[in-house]
Amino acid sequence: MQALELKNLSKTYSNGFVALKGIDLSVEEGDFFALLGPNGAGKSTTIGIISSLVNKTEGEVKVFGVDLDVDSETAKSFIGLVPQEVNFSQFETPEQIVVNQAGYYGIERELALLRGEKYLRQLDLWEKRHEASRTLSGGMKRRLMIARALVHQPKLLILDEPTAGVDIELRRSMWDFLTKINEQGTTIILTTHYLEEAESLCRNIGIIDQGELIKNSSMKSLLGQLHIETFVLDLTTAVTEVPKIENFQMKLLDSMTLEVEIEKQHSLNDLYSSLTDKGIRVCSMRNKSNRLEELFLRLLEKN
Amino acid sequence: MKYWVAYKTIVYKEVSRFVRIWPQTILPPAVTMTLYFLIFGNLIGSRIGEMGGFSYMEYIAPGIIMMSVITNSYSNVVSSFYSSKFQKHLEEMLVAPVPNWVILAGYITGGVTRGLMVGFVVTCVAMIFTQLHVHSMLIMLLTVLCTSILFSLGGFINGAYAKSFDDVSIVPVFILTPLTYLAGVFYSVDLLPEFWRQVSLFNPILYMVNAFRFGILGQSDIGISAAFLVIGGFIAVLTWAAMWVLGKGAGIKD
Repeated sequence: MQALELKNLSKTYSNGFVALKGIDLSVEEGDFFALLGPNGAGKSTTIGIISSLVNKTEGEVKVFGVDLDVDSETAKSFIGLVPQEVNFSQFETPEQIVVNQAGYYGIERELALLRGEKYLRQLDLWEKRHEASRTLSGGMKRRLMIARALVHQPKLLILDEPTAGVDIELRRSMWDFLTKINEQGTTIILTTHYLEEAESLCRNIGIIDQGELIKNSSMKSLLGQLHIETFVLDLTTAVTEVPKIENFQMKLLDSMTLEVEIEKQHSLNDLYSSLTDKGIRVCSMRNKSNRLEELFLRLLEKN
Repeated sequence: MKYWVAYKTIVYKEVSRFVRIWPQTILPPAVTMTLYFLIFGNLIGSRIGEMGGFSYMEYIAPGIIMMSVITNSYSNVVSSFYSSKFQKHLEEMLVAPVPNWVILAGYITGGVTRGLMVGFVVTCVAMIFTQLHVHSMLIMLLTVLCTSILFSLGGFINGAYAKSFDDVSIVPVFILTPLTYLAGVFYSVDLLPEFWRQVSLFNPILYMVNAFRFGILGQSDIGISAAFLVIGGFIAVLTWAAMWVLGKGAGIKD
């Protein structure tokens, strides 16, 4: 079953700006899907249309087979949204925010309080449940929006840059939480500018640029398209000139650091033995940039 | 059942909002209206003498109560709806499976609750200055309820279209207040020259003030059925307009 199906989705804003140019996209039930694209590509507009915050110009949106235009209440009940910007009342407490949200979905207060407790505890907000939400830190506000989106137990969770501006420790704990939610059967659509996040969490990926879907494939097959990887090698002793080794493009970043481009058909073993022959020893190595980031930039350049 | 829960949630949120800030929402009308009673009713009124067979204080009391109901029903919904749009927490409702009529009913109930609460407080203030003998409880309650519904609807539409806090205050300051003052709150329209009396009949607030005055004093410049026809007509038109605004997302969605 498809959790989400977009057909020919278009949006032209009243000022004439064309945000989406007929997007076709489908996300399978249970998937962890990354929707990527540069700023202004149309990701948030797409999410806005799916979650009924933006009026579409044309096209069709189906959530678990239910057409948003035909039965919007059922379609909406399947979706939980974590928006990019904080959008709760700063005067309410986390508990009020979560319980009120449950109320909008028709969940009685007693059950809403239980669900609220469950998610506020899971997201480490239980101790803050009676404090005005304006006093929460940025990371807590993000987690509160996740708790609020989950309180009606949606089948499809949409997260629009949920970890923007969140420190790395918290980001990783949010990754663990989302992975667990996904394993329990919730389909997740994630937009993020941290491509490392998308690479480690998501199984499938769609890339939007200038209102068009320029890529829609599995993460594995997309990464498989990367023919060249760039590594940075830290050396144990200083070198004065770039070593010449057949099949490997090299650049000296400084006397102790080498940058090497390696094509897919060549192995790192060949590189290491050639460097050893030249008396150069490597103490550590790393990718120059995230693999997905390299592919992403290349795709955008091509587009 | 789920609509009932959603409705209760919106009403609870709306009512707790204005109750939480009662020094800004409930207290000021009580203070302002006390001043009206003191200055217009007591000081100036004693020199005016009787109007329509009643003391001037008795005559203006229903209009002053109605004025506070109108202002507070309107301003509650316009400010609440606009700030929820401005702070984006209106999105909490828009993403949820809440039908538009439930959203509208919730906001209107919030506005009506504040209107009636302030009306009650001002009535208590009025009773310090004068005695109010209710002529028809049914007409009085029906008028105050319908009027607060009507102005809550007006506030809702204003809130939806408002793009800044200036837009929120334009209608109350430049339209609502002049119309209220010219609606026979402080005088009988029968005292006006014929031309201005006829012009006054185009002021819808005149019908509400007079229907309410009839409910309390049993005296009105306007026929009661005409008054309810006008109030009912405005409610129907504004309900349709508010539902259209929600359906289209005009001023609300991109």
